[in-house]
Amino acid sequence: MPEWYSHPFFLLLPTAFFTLAIFSFLYKDNPMFKLAEHVFAGLSAGYYFGLIWQSVIRQQVWMPLTQDGQWSVLIPGVLGLLMFARFFPRIGWTTRLPLAFVIGSTAGIMFIQQLHGMVLPQVGRTLLPLDSLRNILIIVGVLTTLIYFYFSKPHTGTLGWIASVGIGFIMVAFGAHFGYTVMARVSLLIGRVQFLLVDWLGVAR
Amino acid sequence: MKSRLPVLVAFISGALMILAFFGRGTVVDAVSDRALTWQTIVGGFSLLLGAVSIARVHWKKVATKHEDRLYSLCLLICFIVMGGSGVINGIGSGTLFDTLFQRIQAPMMSTMFSVLAFFIASAAYRAFRARSVSSAILLVAAVLVMLGRIPMGQYIYHGLPSWADWIMTVPSMAVQRGILIGAALGAASMSLRIILGIERTYLGRG
Repeated sequence: MPEWYSHPFFLLLPTAFFTLAIFSFLYKDNPMFKLAEHVFAGLSAGYYFGLIWQSVIRQQVWMPLTQDGQWSVLIPGVLGLLMFARFFPRIGWTTRLPLAFVIGSTAGIMFIQQLHGMVLPQVGRTLLPLDSLRNILIIVGVLTTLIYFYFSKPHTGTLGWIASVGIGFIMVAFGAHFGYTVMARVSLLIGRVQFLLVDWLGVAR
Repeated sequence: MKSRLPVLVAFISGALMILAFFGRGTVVDAVSDRALTWQTIVGGFSLLLGAVSIARVHWKKVATKHEDRLYSLCLLICFIVMGGSGVINGIGSGTLFDTLFQRIQAPMMSTMFSVLAFFIASAAYRAFRARSVSSAILLVAAVLVMLGRIPMGQYIYHGLPSWADWIMTVPSMAVQRGILIGAALGAASMSLRIILGIERTYLGRG
Protein backbone atom coordinates (compact mmCIF):
# COMPACT_ATOMS: atom_id res chain seq x y z
CA MET A 1 0.00 0.00 0.00
CA PRO A 2 1.49 3.40 -0.94
CA GLU A 3 2.51 5.62 1.97
CA TRP A 4 0.36 8.62 0.98
CA TYR A 5 -2.73 6.50 1.47
CA SER A 6 -2.17 6.29 5.23
CA HIS A 7 -2.18 10.10 5.56
CA PRO A 8 -5.26 11.29 7.55
CA PHE A 9 -6.29 13.49 4.63
CA PHE A 10 -6.83 10.48 2.37
CA LEU A 11 -7.99 8.13 5.14
CA LEU A 12 -10.72 10.54 6.22
CA LEU A 13 -11.55 11.77 2.70
CA PRO A 14 -14.84 9.79 2.35
CA THR A 15 -16.06 10.97 5.78
CA ALA A 16 -15.09 14.58 5.01
CA PHE A 17 -16.66 14.39 1.55
CA PHE A 18 -20.03 13.28 2.92
CA THR A 19 -19.83 15.79 5.79
CA LEU A 20 -19.30 18.64 3.31
CA ALA A 21 -21.99 17.21 0.99
CA ILE A 22 -24.54 17.37 3.82
CA PHE A 23 -23.44 20.88 4.83
CA SER A 24 -23.90 21.97 1.18
CA PHE A 25 -27.67 21.79 1.81
CA LEU A 26 -27.30 25.01 3.83
CA TYR A 27 -26.76 26.77 0.47
CA LYS A 28 -29.60 24.96 -1.30
CA ASP A 29 -30.76 21.48 -2.33
CA ASN A 30 -28.15 20.15 -4.76
CA PRO A 31 -26.95 16.88 -6.34
CA MET A 32 -24.15 16.38 -3.78
CA PHE A 33 -26.62 16.57 -0.91
CA LYS A 34 -29.02 14.23 -2.71
CA LEU A 35 -26.19 11.75 -3.18
CA ALA A 36 -25.26 11.95 0.51
CA GLU A 37 -28.91 11.61 1.50
CA HIS A 38 -29.33 8.43 -0.57
CA VAL A 39 -26.03 6.97 0.62
CA PHE A 40 -27.12 7.60 4.21
CA ALA A 41 -30.54 6.02 3.64
CA GLY A 42 -28.95 2.98 1.93
CA LEU A 43 -26.36 2.52 4.68
CA SER A 44 -29.01 2.89 7.40
CA ALA A 45 -31.31 0.32 5.76
CA GLY A 46 -28.33 -2.01 5.28
CA TYR A 47 -27.25 -1.43 8.87
CA TYR A 48 -30.61 -2.54 10.24
CA PHE A 49 -30.71 -5.46 7.80
CA GLY A 50 -27.29 -6.72 8.94
CA LEU A 51 -28.01 -6.05 12.61
CA ILE A 52 -31.37 -7.85 12.62
CA TRP A 53 -30.01 -10.70 10.54
CA GLN A 54 -27.21 -11.38 13.02
CA SER A 55 -28.88 -10.54 16.34
CA VAL A 56 -32.38 -11.85 15.69
CA ILE A 57 -32.58 -14.28 12.78
CA ARG A 58 -29.21 -15.96 13.35
CA GLN A 59 -28.99 -15.80 17.15
CA GLN A 60 -32.63 -16.18 18.14
CA VAL A 61 -34.03 -18.35 15.36
CA TRP A 62 -31.37 -20.23 13.36
CA MET A 63 -28.96 -21.15 16.17
CA PRO A 64 -31.61 -22.31 18.71
CA LEU A 65 -33.26 -24.32 15.92
CA THR A 66 -30.15 -26.01 14.50
CA GLN A 67 -27.97 -26.30 17.64
CA ASP A 68 -30.47 -26.76 20.48
CA GLY A 69 -33.34 -28.29 18.52
CA GLN A 70 -35.82 -25.67 19.80
CA TRP A 71 -38.60 -26.22 17.28
CA SER A 72 -40.83 -23.68 19.02
CA VAL A 73 -38.84 -20.82 17.46
CA LEU A 74 -40.39 -21.85 14.15
CA ILE A 75 -43.65 -20.20 15.31
CA PRO A 76 -42.27 -16.63 15.56
CA GLY A 77 -40.09 -17.42 12.51
CA VAL A 78 -43.15 -18.25 10.42
CA LEU A 79 -45.08 -15.30 11.90
CA GLY A 80 -42.14 -13.07 10.94
CA LEU A 81 -42.10 -14.43 7.39
CA LEU A 82 -45.83 -13.69 7.16
CA MET A 83 -44.87 -10.00 7.42
CA PHE A 84 -43.66 -10.33 3.83
CA ALA A 85 -47.04 -11.71 2.68
CA ARG A 86 -48.10 -8.13 1.90
CA PHE A 87 -46.08 -8.42 -1.31
CA PHE A 88 -48.47 -11.21 -2.50
CA PRO A 89 -52.06 -9.88 -2.81
CA ARG A 90 -53.75 -13.33 -2.51
CA ILE A 91 -52.33 -14.02 0.94
CA GLY A 92 -51.74 -10.38 1.88
CA TRP A 93 -54.26 -10.46 4.75
CA THR A 94 -52.12 -12.99 6.68
CA THR A 95 -49.67 -10.17 7.40
CA ARG A 96 -52.26 -9.01 9.98
CA LEU A 97 -51.47 -12.01 12.20
CA PRO A 98 -47.86 -11.11 13.10
CA LEU A 99 -48.89 -7.47 13.23
CA ALA A 100 -51.71 -8.28 15.66
CA PHE A 101 -49.32 -10.36 17.78
CA VAL A 102 -46.72 -7.58 18.00
CA ILE A 103 -49.29 -4.81 18.54
CA GLY A 104 -51.35 -6.85 21.02
CA SER A 105 -48.36 -7.89 23.15
CA THR A 106 -46.91 -4.37 22.99
CA ALA A 107 -50.29 -2.98 24.10
CA GLY A 108 -50.33 -5.42 27.05
CA ILE A 109 -46.81 -4.42 28.08
CA MET A 110 -47.56 -0.72 27.57
CA PHE A 111 -50.74 -0.88 29.66
CA ILE A 112 -48.86 -2.12 32.72
CA GLN A 113 -45.71 -0.12 32.00
CA GLN A 114 -47.53 3.19 31.61
CA LEU A 115 -49.75 2.81 34.68
CA HIS A 116 -47.30 1.06 37.00
CA GLY A 117 -44.04 2.56 35.75
CA MET A 118 -45.13 6.04 34.73
CA VAL A 119 -48.45 7.34 36.11
CA LEU A 120 -48.20 6.03 39.69
CA PRO A 121 -44.54 7.02 40.32
CA GLN A 122 -45.02 10.45 38.72
CA VAL A 123 -48.17 11.11 40.75
CA GLY A 124 -46.36 9.85 43.86
CA ARG A 125 -43.45 12.23 43.30
CA THR A 126 -45.88 15.12 42.84
CA LEU A 127 -47.62 14.55 46.18
CA LEU A 128 -45.16 16.77 48.01
CA PRO A 129 -45.56 18.66 51.32
CA LEU A 130 -46.44 22.30 50.74
CA ASP A 131 -43.50 23.53 52.82
CA SER A 132 -41.37 25.24 50.20
CA LEU A 133 -41.85 27.45 47.13
CA ARG A 134 -40.19 24.75 45.02
CA ASN A 135 -42.76 22.12 46.03
CA ILE A 136 -45.67 24.52 45.57
CA LEU A 137 -44.44 25.47 42.09
CA ILE A 138 -44.04 21.79 41.11
CA ILE A 139 -47.56 20.90 42.26
CA VAL A 140 -49.11 23.98 40.61
CA GLY A 141 -47.07 23.33 37.42
CA VAL A 142 -48.18 19.68 37.13
CA LEU A 143 -51.86 20.43 37.86
CA THR A 144 -52.15 23.47 35.58
CA THR A 145 -50.36 21.62 32.74
CA LEU A 146 -52.79 18.70 33.07
CA ILE A 147 -55.73 21.14 33.10
CA TYR A 148 -54.39 22.96 30.03
CA PHE A 149 -54.43 19.65 28.11
CA TYR A 150 -57.99 18.86 29.28
CA PHE A 151 -60.07 19.69 26.24
CA SER A 152 -63.42 18.12 27.21
CA LYS A 153 -64.64 21.48 28.53
CA PRO A 154 -64.11 24.93 26.96
CA HIS A 155 -61.30 26.92 28.60
CA THR A 156 -63.49 29.73 29.98
CA GLY A 157 -63.98 31.19 33.45
CA THR A 158 -61.97 29.58 36.25
CA LEU A 159 -60.85 26.71 34.01
CA GLY A 160 -59.58 29.23 31.45
CA TRP A 161 -57.70 31.17 34.13
CA ILE A 162 -56.05 27.97 35.44
CA ALA A 163 -55.24 26.91 31.87
CA SER A 164 -53.57 30.28 31.22
CA VAL A 165 -51.32 29.70 34.26
CA GLY A 166 -50.58 26.30 32.68
CA ILE A 167 -49.60 28.04 29.41
CA GLY A 168 -47.09 30.13 31.38
CA PHE A 169 -45.47 27.00 32.82
CA ILE A 170 -45.57 25.25 29.44
CA MET A 171 -43.87 28.22 27.74
CA VAL A 172 -41.06 28.17 30.32
CA ALA A 173 -40.61 24.42 29.76
CA PHE A 174 -40.72 24.70 25.95
CA GLY A 175 -38.29 27.62 26.01
CA ALA A 176 -35.93 25.65 28.25
CA HIS A 177 -36.14 22.60 26.01
CA PHE A 178 -35.65 24.73 22.93
CA GLY A 179 -32.52 26.23 24.46
CA TYR A 180 -31.31 22.80 25.48
CA THR A 181 -31.89 21.40 21.97
CA VAL A 182 -30.06 24.35 20.38
CA MET A 183 -27.08 23.72 22.65
CA ALA A 184 -27.06 20.00 21.78
CA ARG A 185 -27.20 20.70 18.03
CA VAL A 186 -24.51 23.39 18.26
CA SER A 187 -22.21 21.01 20.15
CA LEU A 188 -22.72 18.46 17.33
CA LEU A 189 -21.89 21.19 14.82
CA ILE A 190 -18.73 22.08 16.76
CA GLY A 191 -17.79 18.38 16.67
CA ARG A 192 -18.17 18.23 12.88
CA VAL A 193 -16.24 21.47 12.32
CA GLN A 194 -13.49 20.15 14.63
CA PHE A 195 -13.40 16.96 12.57
CA LEU A 196 -12.95 18.95 9.34
CA LEU A 197 -10.38 21.45 10.65
CA VAL A 198 -8.45 19.36 13.18
CA ASP A 199 -8.75 15.68 12.21
CA TRP A 200 -9.02 15.99 8.45
CA LEU A 201 -7.17 19.14 7.34
CA GLY A 202 -4.98 19.51 10.43
CA VAL A 203 -5.11 23.32 10.20
CA ALA A 204 -6.25 23.85 13.79
CA ARG A 205 -5.54 22.32 17.16
CA MET B 1 -61.76 -14.77 9.64
CA LYS B 2 -59.62 -12.08 8.01
CA SER B 3 -60.27 -9.55 10.77
CA ARG B 4 -61.60 -11.67 13.66
CA LEU B 5 -58.53 -13.91 13.89
CA PRO B 6 -56.04 -10.98 14.16
CA VAL B 7 -58.27 -9.29 16.79
CA LEU B 8 -58.31 -12.57 18.76
CA VAL B 9 -54.51 -12.86 18.47
CA ALA B 10 -54.12 -9.26 19.71
CA PHE B 11 -56.50 -9.94 22.61
CA ILE B 12 -54.76 -13.16 23.72
CA SER B 13 -51.23 -11.75 23.45
CA GLY B 14 -52.18 -8.47 25.16
CA ALA B 15 -54.17 -10.12 27.97
CA LEU B 16 -51.30 -12.58 28.53
CA MET B 17 -48.86 -9.72 29.12
CA ILE B 18 -51.22 -8.05 31.60
CA LEU B 19 -51.94 -11.31 33.45
CA ALA B 20 -48.22 -12.07 33.67
CA PHE B 21 -47.76 -8.93 35.78
CA PHE B 22 -50.20 -10.24 38.39
CA GLY B 23 -48.96 -13.84 38.24
CA ARG B 24 -45.20 -13.57 38.80
CA GLY B 25 -43.55 -17.02 38.94
CA THR B 26 -46.58 -18.85 37.56
CA VAL B 27 -47.16 -20.60 34.23
CA VAL B 28 -48.62 -17.38 32.80
CA ASP B 29 -45.35 -15.61 33.62
CA ALA B 30 -43.31 -18.33 31.86
CA VAL B 31 -45.58 -18.20 28.80
CA SER B 32 -45.37 -14.41 28.66
CA ASP B 33 -41.56 -14.64 28.86
CA ARG B 34 -41.63 -16.90 25.80
CA ALA B 35 -44.08 -14.54 24.09
CA LEU B 36 -41.68 -11.64 24.75
CA THR B 37 -38.87 -13.50 22.95
CA TRP B 38 -41.24 -14.23 20.08
CA GLN B 39 -42.22 -10.57 19.98
CA THR B 40 -38.55 -9.60 19.58
CA ILE B 41 -38.22 -12.06 16.70
CA VAL B 42 -41.40 -10.96 14.90
CA GLY B 43 -40.51 -7.30 15.55
CA GLY B 44 -37.09 -7.98 14.01
CA PHE B 45 -38.75 -9.32 10.87
CA SER B 46 -40.84 -6.13 10.67
CA LEU B 47 -37.63 -4.08 10.64
CA LEU B 48 -36.32 -6.33 7.88
CA LEU B 49 -39.55 -5.69 6.01
CA GLY B 50 -38.92 -1.95 6.30
CA ALA B 51 -35.39 -2.30 4.91
CA VAL B 52 -36.58 -4.56 2.06
CA SER B 53 -39.42 -2.10 1.27
CA ILE B 54 -36.93 0.76 0.87
CA ALA B 55 -34.83 -1.39 -1.47
CA ARG B 56 -37.97 -2.40 -3.40
CA VAL B 57 -39.13 1.21 -3.91
CA HIS B 58 -35.70 2.26 -5.20
CA TRP B 59 -35.35 -0.85 -7.37
CA LYS B 60 -38.62 0.16 -9.05
CA LYS B 61 -37.19 3.65 -9.67
CA VAL B 62 -34.11 2.11 -11.32
CA ALA B 63 -36.19 -0.36 -13.37
CA THR B 64 -38.64 2.30 -14.62
CA LYS B 65 -35.76 4.69 -15.45
CA HIS B 66 -37.01 7.38 -13.09
CA GLU B 67 -35.14 10.71 -13.31
CA ASP B 68 -33.60 10.06 -9.86
CA ARG B 69 -32.51 6.51 -10.78
CA LEU B 70 -28.80 7.20 -10.26
CA TYR B 71 -29.40 8.25 -6.66
CA SER B 72 -31.59 5.18 -6.17
CA LEU B 73 -28.82 3.01 -7.62
CA CYS B 74 -26.37 4.52 -5.09
CA LEU B 75 -28.83 3.74 -2.31
CA LEU B 76 -29.18 0.14 -3.50
CA ILE B 77 -25.40 -0.33 -3.74
CA CYS B 78 -24.94 1.03 -0.21
CA PHE B 79 -27.78 -1.16 1.07
CA ILE B 80 -26.31 -4.29 -0.53
CA VAL B 81 -22.73 -3.57 0.60
CA MET B 82 -23.71 -2.69 4.19
CA GLY B 83 -26.41 -5.36 4.61
CA GLY B 84 -24.44 -8.01 2.69
CA SER B 85 -21.28 -7.45 4.72
CA GLY B 86 -23.33 -7.72 7.92
CA VAL B 87 -24.87 -11.01 6.78
CA ILE B 88 -21.65 -12.57 5.39
CA ASN B 89 -18.86 -11.25 7.64
CA GLY B 90 -20.81 -10.42 10.80
CA ILE B 91 -21.21 -7.13 12.66
CA GLY B 92 -18.34 -7.30 15.17
CA SER B 93 -15.64 -4.65 15.50
CA GLY B 94 -13.12 -4.58 12.68
CA THR B 95 -15.57 -5.92 10.09
CA LEU B 96 -16.50 -3.97 6.93
CA PHE B 97 -19.95 -3.47 8.47
CA ASP B 98 -18.43 -1.83 11.55
CA THR B 99 -15.96 0.26 9.50
CA LEU B 100 -18.75 1.60 7.27
CA PHE B 101 -20.79 2.43 10.35
CA GLN B 102 -17.92 4.17 12.19
CA ARG B 103 -16.41 5.96 9.20
CA ILE B 104 -19.44 6.90 7.11
CA GLN B 105 -22.84 6.32 8.72
CA ALA B 106 -22.24 7.67 12.25
CA PRO B 107 -20.46 10.88 11.07
CA MET B 108 -23.22 11.45 8.49
CA MET B 109 -25.84 11.03 11.20
CA SER B 110 -24.22 13.61 13.49
CA THR B 111 -23.72 15.97 10.53
CA MET B 112 -27.43 15.65 9.64
CA PHE B 113 -28.34 16.58 13.21
CA SER B 114 -25.78 19.39 13.36
CA VAL B 115 -27.30 20.96 10.22
CA LEU B 116 -30.47 21.32 12.27
CA ALA B 117 -28.62 23.91 14.41
CA PHE B 118 -28.92 26.36 11.50
CA PHE B 119 -32.59 25.63 10.93
CA ILE B 120 -33.29 25.93 14.65
CA ALA B 121 -31.50 29.31 14.60
CA SER B 122 -33.72 30.56 11.78
CA ALA B 123 -36.83 29.17 13.53
CA ALA B 124 -35.70 30.91 16.72
CA TYR B 125 -35.48 34.23 14.87
CA ARG B 126 -39.15 33.89 13.93
CA ALA B 127 -40.38 32.42 17.23
CA PHE B 128 -38.38 34.61 19.60
CA ARG B 129 -39.90 37.95 18.69
CA ALA B 130 -41.57 38.85 21.97
CA ARG B 131 -44.95 39.77 20.50
CA SER B 132 -46.99 38.33 23.36
CA VAL B 133 -46.48 37.45 27.02
CA SER B 134 -46.24 33.72 26.14
CA SER B 135 -43.52 34.23 23.51
CA ALA B 136 -41.67 36.59 25.88
CA ILE B 137 -41.64 33.86 28.57
CA LEU B 138 -40.42 31.35 25.95
CA LEU B 139 -37.66 33.73 24.87
CA VAL B 140 -36.46 34.49 28.40
CA ALA B 141 -36.44 30.80 29.42
CA ALA B 142 -34.55 29.75 26.28
CA VAL B 143 -31.97 32.53 26.57
CA LEU B 144 -31.38 31.80 30.27
CA VAL B 145 -30.91 28.06 29.62
CA MET B 146 -28.61 28.68 26.66
CA LEU B 147 -26.47 31.23 28.49
CA GLY B 148 -26.45 29.13 31.64
CA ARG B 149 -24.95 26.18 29.75
CA ILE B 150 -21.95 27.98 28.27
CA PRO B 151 -18.86 29.44 29.98
CA MET B 152 -19.71 32.92 28.65
CA GLY B 153 -22.93 32.87 30.72
CA GLN B 154 -20.90 32.60 33.89
CA TYR B 155 -18.79 35.61 32.83
CA ILE B 156 -21.93 37.69 32.21
CA TYR B 157 -23.41 36.82 35.60
CA HIS B 158 -22.11 34.12 37.95
CA GLY B 159 -25.64 33.09 39.00
CA LEU B 160 -26.82 32.25 35.45
CA PRO B 161 -25.91 28.53 35.57
CA SER B 162 -27.92 28.07 38.80
CA TRP B 163 -30.85 29.96 37.24
CA ALA B 164 -30.72 27.62 34.26
CA ASP B 165 -30.61 24.62 36.59
CA TRP B 166 -33.60 25.96 38.53
CA ILE B 167 -35.61 26.37 35.32
CA MET B 168 -34.78 22.80 34.29
CA THR B 169 -35.52 21.22 37.68
CA VAL B 170 -38.63 23.14 38.79
CA PRO B 171 -41.02 24.61 36.16
CA SER B 172 -39.70 22.55 33.24
CA MET B 173 -39.76 19.33 35.27
CA ALA B 174 -43.31 20.08 36.52
CA VAL B 175 -44.55 20.52 32.94
CA GLN B 176 -42.72 17.40 31.79
CA ARG B 177 -44.36 15.50 34.61
CA GLY B 178 -47.81 16.79 33.66
CA ILE B 179 -47.27 15.88 30.01
CA LEU B 180 -45.89 12.44 30.97
CA ILE B 181 -48.90 11.67 33.18
CA GLY B 182 -51.32 12.76 30.44
CA ALA B 183 -49.50 10.86 27.71
CA ALA B 184 -49.18 7.72 29.86
CA LEU B 185 -52.91 7.74 30.64
CA GLY B 186 -53.59 8.15 26.90
CA ALA B 187 -51.22 5.30 26.00
CA ALA B 188 -52.80 3.02 28.63
CA SER B 189 -56.32 3.71 27.38
CA MET B 190 -55.23 3.18 23.77
CA SER B 191 -53.60 -0.13 24.79
CA LEU B 192 -56.84 -1.23 26.39
CA ARG B 193 -58.78 -0.26 23.26
CA ILE B 194 -56.41 -2.38 21.13
CA ILE B 195 -56.59 -5.40 23.45
CA LEU B 196 -60.40 -5.26 23.60
CA GLY B 197 -60.63 -4.97 19.81
CA ILE B 198 -62.21 -1.49 19.82
CA GLU B 199 -59.23 0.05 18.06
CA ARG B 200 -58.59 -1.86 14.80
CA THR B 201 -56.91 0.71 12.56
CA TYR B 202 -53.68 -1.33 12.59
CA LEU B 203 -55.50 -3.98 10.52
CA GLY B 204 -55.73 -1.59 7.57
CA ARG B 205 -58.52 -1.80 5.03
CA GLY B 206 -60.28 -4.89 3.67
